Amino acid sequence: MAHVEGQQHPLGVYIKVWAWLFVLSTGSYLVDFYHVQGYPRWTLIIIFMLAKAGLIIAVFMHIKWERMALSFAILIPPSLLLVFIAIMTIESDYTFLTRGIFFGSGS
Amino acid sequence: MAPSESDASVAQPGDLAPGLAGVAADWGSDQRTFKNVPWGKAMMWIFLLSDTFIFSSFLIGYMTVRLSTTVPWPNASEVFALSFGGDPIPLILIAIMTFVLITSSGTMVLAVNYGYRKDKAKTAIYLVITALLGALFVGMQAFEWTKLIEEGVRPWSNPMGAAQFGSVFFMVTGFHGTHVSIGVLFLILVARKVWRGDYDTEKRGYFTSRKGNYEIVETMGLYWHFVDLVWVFIFAFFYLW
Repeated sequence: MAHVEGQQHPLGVYIKVWAWLFVLSTGSYLVDFYHVQGYPRWTLIIIFMLAKAGLIIAVFMHIKWERMALSFAILIPPSLLLVFIAIMTIESDYTFLTRGIFFGSGS
Repeated sequence: MAPSESDASVAQPGDLAPGLAGVAADWGSDQRTFKNVPWGKAMMWIFLLSDTFIFSSFLIGYMTVRLSTTVPWPNASEVFALSFGGDPIPLILIAIMTFVLITSSGTMVLAVNYGYRKDKAKTAIYLVITALLGALFVGMQAFEWTKLIEEGVRPWSNPMGAAQFGSVFFMVTGFHGTHVSIGVLFLILVARKVWRGDYDTEKRGYFTSRKGNYEIVETMGLYWHFVDLVWVFIFAFFYLW
């Protein structure tokens, strides 16, 4: 009995994504190699990171071909992490300022 | 969408609703939510979702200590530089590790693909190659740990700057390395079963007593790609920041 539930796709799309992952990784390495600093560094690193993560999740992990009921169940809960990140950014800024006041070298 | 029939909730493989209506229909249906997904794969996804929160907590903890410390953070580009006789090349070991892991993701995809074609030999070979690349990755990580420990990096202090650097480094890369190591064992187990023909004969599993089939290769693949995915974030936030 053949399985209707498998994820079978032509090899070409995997090879293309694979090549892109190498290109994007090289890109993020070169950002460091050429000492790109400040906002350009951040923009490039985040873009390369998100592109890589997106390709891996969409193609290698087959989310692109799954039913929405599954992809929503997987992709929506982690968006809560953005709230967590925001909270901890505020908290750590506060800690930093407090440390500056109490332990700082006269700042 | 469909004209309402009394048995509309009984899903047939052929008549699943597309798009958002499909989300509502799938979640509102009885029997199972994740249509067309084997139970093992759905469970792996649930596990990976929980693992996402674990690694995210580590990375957010890292962000918090790094933003709040008043001591300068060590420069990862210099700490992880490696010299091959000449000038030290920044971050070179980490770059090689990244490429090794991406390569192993590629061979894993090939294993999944040949698994669904029921090509026993190729599936097993690609699984073994993936396991070897994973072992190579862990080996390089062990080298990196040794190097840093020799340079005096400890979970509570280090000579380069903020003390939290050591704790974050050992915690995050250690947890990731553990995941890779478990993945290597998992890969070897699945490769052995593929090679033995367990999935062709639907041999029952030792622990589960369930019939085995090639879907486990895809489930295994999900875990492996997830490990690669976590490394993408560690690479960006810990090594490139």
